[in-house]
Amino acid sequence: MQIIVTGTLLGGTYALIALGLTLQYGAARIMNLANGETLVAACFVSFWLFTATGVNPLLGMVVIAPMALVINWLIYAWLLRPLVRRAKNRGMLEVDSILATFGLLFLLQGLMLLGFGGAYFSYRFLAEPFLILGEPYGLNRVVAFVAAVIVASLLYLFLYHTRQGTAVRAVAVDPASARLVAIDVARTAAFAFALGGALTACGGTLLSTFYTFNASMGVIFTMKALIIVIMGGVGDVRGATLAALILGVTETAVASLIDPGLTLAANYALFVLVLLFRPQGILGRASA
Amino acid sequence: MMSLRRDELAVAGSGIAAVGLLSLLPLFSDGFALSFGVNLMLYVAMCTAWALFSGPTRLVSLASAAFFGVGTYSVALGLDSLPFPVLIAIAALSSAALAGLVGAATLRLSGVYFVIFTLGLAELIRQVVAWSQSRFAHKMGLYVFTDFTERDLYWMLLALTTLVFGVGWLINRSRLGFALRIIGDDETVARHVGIATARAKIVLFMTSGAFIGVAGAIVAPRYAYIEPQAAFNPMISFLVVIMALLGGTRRLWGPLVGVIPFTIVMEFITARFPNHSSVVIGITFLAIVYLLPDGITGLIEGMRDRIRRRTAAGTGIEAPDAIEEKAA
Repeated sequence: MQIIVTGTLLGGTYALIALGLTLQYGAARIMNLANGETLVAACFVSFWLFTATGVNPLLGMVVIAPMALVINWLIYAWLLRPLVRRAKNRGMLEVDSILATFGLLFLLQGLMLLGFGGAYFSYRFLAEPFLILGEPYGLNRVVAFVAAVIVASLLYLFLYHTRQGTAVRAVAVDPASARLVAIDVARTAAFAFALGGALTACGGTLLSTFYTFNASMGVIFTMKALIIVIMGGVGDVRGATLAALILGVTETAVASLIDPGLTLAANYALFVLVLLFRPQGILGRASA
Repeated sequence: MMSLRRDELAVAGSGIAAVGLLSLLPLFSDGFALSFGVNLMLYVAMCTAWALFSGPTRLVSLASAAFFGVGTYSVALGLDSLPFPVLIAIAALSSAALAGLVGAATLRLSGVYFVIFTLGLAELIRQVVAWSQSRFAHKMGLYVFTDFTERDLYWMLLALTTLVFGVGWLINRSRLGFALRIIGDDETVARHVGIATARAKIVLFMTSGAFIGVAGAIVAPRYAYIEPQAAFNPMISFLVVIMALLGGTRRLWGPLVGVIPFTIVMEFITARFPNHSSVVIGITFLAIVYLLPDGITGLIEGMRDRIRRRTAAGTGIEAPDAIEEKAA
C-alpha cells in the first residue's frame, strides 16, 4: 500500500515532465533530448529563488513556467525551425532534431556543470509528515502531487476545450490536413514546443521540493520521460498520464523491494514489454 | 570470383602500405605518441564499426558504450581460466548477441524507438552488473593483469581496424550492403522490392556491435582494474557518434577523417580545461548538424564536385573529360 501511494505521488511529477515531452514530440515533431536539461534548470532556479530570496517554490512556478515558455520558444525559433524547413520528410527531421538537441543537451549540461559543479543540491521545503490512511508521507511530496494534478487538469481543459488547444491536437494528428482548416501550423508547432518546455519546467520545480538534484541528472529524466511518452502513445495526453503513474509505482516497488540501484532496469523492463506487445501505446489504437 | 578494378587495386595497395607504415610506429616511440596512437586506433576501429551500421541506415546508435563494456567484462571475467584469443571471440559473440536482442526488440519498429533504447542501454547494463557484483561477488571491480604492453595493444587494435575496413568493404560490395543503401534512402521502397528490412538491419547491427565489443576486449588490459563506472561510461557512445559524424559516414574512410582532429582537440581540452569538455562536445554536435550535415568528407566531396563543374563550365572543353572520369 505504501508503495502504491509513494509511487503515485512520484508518478504525478513524472506525468508533468512527460506531458511536456509528448507535446514537443507529438505536436511539434521535435524529439527533444534536451528536455531533461529544462527540468534541471528549473530545479536550480527554484533552488535559488527559495534559498536566496525565500520565494515559495509553488509561487516560483508562476515565474519559472512563463520563463521556460519564452526560452523554449526562442530555442524553437532560432535552432529548430531551420531544421524543420530543411527536412524533406519526417524521418530526416527526426535524425536532425535528435542530433541538434543532443548538442543542446551537452551544451546546457556543460554550462550548468560550470556554474554549479557536480555536487548534489536540495533544500527543505514542507519537510514534515502527512498522514494518508494512517501512514506518514512527506507533505512536500503530497503538495507536489496536488500541484501536478492541477497543472495537468489545466492542460487538459486547454487542449480539449479551447480553440488554440484543438489546433495543437490537430497539428499532432496531421500537420498537412491541419493547414487545410486554416491552422497556422508553424506557429502552433512553435507554441506546442514552448508549452511543452513550460510543463517540464513546472515538473522540475515540483521535483526540486522533494528530490536531491545535480547538474548532470537531466539525461536520466529525459530517458524516463521518453519511456513514458512511448508507453502512453506519442502525443496522447491521457495515455502519458496513466503511463507516468504506472512507471512511478513500478519504480518505487523495485527500489523498495529489490534494490534502489535497479530503477532504470525497472523502467527498461516496462519499455521492452510495451515495445513487444503494444508499440502503439497502452491506450493507442493500432495505426492503419 | 570478384574481379578488382584498377582503382580498387590502387586503394587496396595504398591501404596495405598505410597499415604497414602505421605498424612501425611502436618501433620509434613508446611514450606519449604510442599511447596517443592506441587511443586513436581504438576510436578509428569503433567509429568505423559504428558507421558500418549507422551510415547506410541513418539510425543513430548510442549503444557503443554497452558493447565496449561487454567486451571489457568478457576479458575481465574469463582471464584466469581461458586464453586471450578465446576471450576475444567470447567478447565478439556476447556483443553480437546483445546487439541481436536490442535489434529484435526495436529495429522492427520506427527508428526513434531504436535511438531511445540505445540511449539508456549502457546505463542499464551498468546498473545490472553493479547490482549483481555487489549482490553475488561482494566487490565492485575486477583486476586484469596481463603481459601485454602498450605496443601489443596497438598492434592488436591496428589489426582490428584493418579487419573492420576489410569487412566494411566486402559488405559495401555485397547484396546486404546494396539492400542497406536502399533501406537508408527509402524504407518503404526497400520493403516493396522484397528486402527483409528488419533482418538486414539486425545482421548489420550485430556485426557492428561485435567489432566494438572486440575493441573493448582488446583495451581491457590497459585499465588493470575494471569497474562498471569506467567500462560502461556513456561518454564512449557519444564520442563515437560525434567523431564518426564529424568525418562523415558516406564513405568507409569518413570516420577516420573525423577521429584524428577530434581526438587531438579532446586531448587538449581534457588536459587544459577539464570542465569544458561537455560544452565542447555540445558545440561540436550543433556545428555538425548546422554546418557539416555530411561531415568533413561530404564537404570536401561537395567542393570537389563544384570546382570540377566550374572548370567544366568555364572552358567547355574539359566537360567530356569530367564525364569520362566519372564513368570510369
